[in-house]
Amino acid sequence: MGQAMTGPLYIADTADARSLMLEGLTLLFHPASGMTHILAPPSPEILAALAEPGNAEAVLARLSTQFDFAPGEGAEALEARLAELESSGLVRRA
Amino acid sequence: MRHEVRLRVGPVTFRVGSAWRGPVRALRRLYEGYPEAGDVADYTVRLEPAKPWRRWLRPSVRIEGDYVLPDAAPLPLAHGLVAAEMAMNLQMALGERRFLLLHAASVEKDGRALIITGESGAGKSTLSAMLGERGWRFMGDEFALLDPDSGMLHPFPRPISLKNEAIAAMEAEVAPERFGPVMENTPKGRIRHMRPRAEALARMSEQARPAMVLFPRFGFAREVRPVGPAEAFMRLTQASTNYVAMAARGFDALTGLVQTCPGVAIDYPDAATAFELIETLWAEAGR
Repeated sequence: MGQAMTGPLYIADTADARSLMLEGLTLLFHPASGMTHILAPPSPEILAALAEPGNAEAVLARLSTQFDFAPGEGAEALEARLAELESSGLVRRA
Repeated sequence: MRHEVRLRVGPVTFRVGSAWRGPVRALRRLYEGYPEAGDVADYTVRLEPAKPWRRWLRPSVRIEGDYVLPDAAPLPLAHGLVAAEMAMNLQMALGERRFLLLHAASVEKDGRALIITGESGAGKSTLSAMLGERGWRFMGDEFALLDPDSGMLHPFPRPISLKNEAIAAMEAEVAPERFGPVMENTPKGRIRHMRPRAEALARMSEQARPAMVLFPRFGFAREVRPVGPAEAFMRLTQASTNYVAMAARGFDALTGLVQTCPGVAIDYPDAATAFELIETLWAEAGR
């Protein structure tokens, strides 16, 4: 917070998706690709945080209202998850 | 088509045509008691000579139909029934849009259906054939048809494709007139088809609500393990031939199924153990 926002802006491409949580996993049908994804935390939470456009920093800030991160923690893991979600088509550049 | 037979199996109609009389005559015999389909069939299967002149010289069957598998292996004419079955499977697997198709056997008791899924060799045909003779209604040994709108299972009681050791086991308890010819050295080994009981055919339009999904494994010591809904979902997407084509309807149908039906994996060393396990699990689930 208060820092300059850098890095690409992302947004979730899951507005029309169907999803269901079973045994801690989220099953998500993505109509745009016709693919079904099986997501483990924190990917569903990242998608929820990207209902509105945001960069990695903003996502981390949004997630930290729900989850407890130590300062400086999570950024690297988040970048990796964002890259996975982008390559799967569930997240795109805003 | 020189020779032709039209059949209805549950909600699906087939027209099987062939350049030869033999396979069509064999199909008519095997499908004795099945209703005849009308003029418009859901799927058309053609068994034709691999090369025109091969109708006379060393006949071999090439499979054709609405959907053609380019490298569908030519089969010797003696395997005409296997060829017809493979072609019917292929047509349905690729073309079906009304139902979510699960590569699974199914049987019914007390209005509730047991779905038995697994890879080749897991025992789908063997177990459903056996249960069908022992107080259960046989609904199908190859495809379970799940209605995405109602969640109900439609019967697809084609003749059961018994393989290798399962043949002798069923011959010991079923009348000979219900069997087709023995076919040796097919791509799946030795095969003999068995027509389901007359009751299963008479009730082929009667749907049942799925009550349990069984994941059997043959050749291991007796073991039972619950399969949670997420794992069941994953395994059933792989067991479905048209899940992707069904898109959101497939997702809804399958998530509905795994949320309402318990999944159970069993390992079994022989059919008798499987039978005892299934009866016990079914009785427990019904309580």
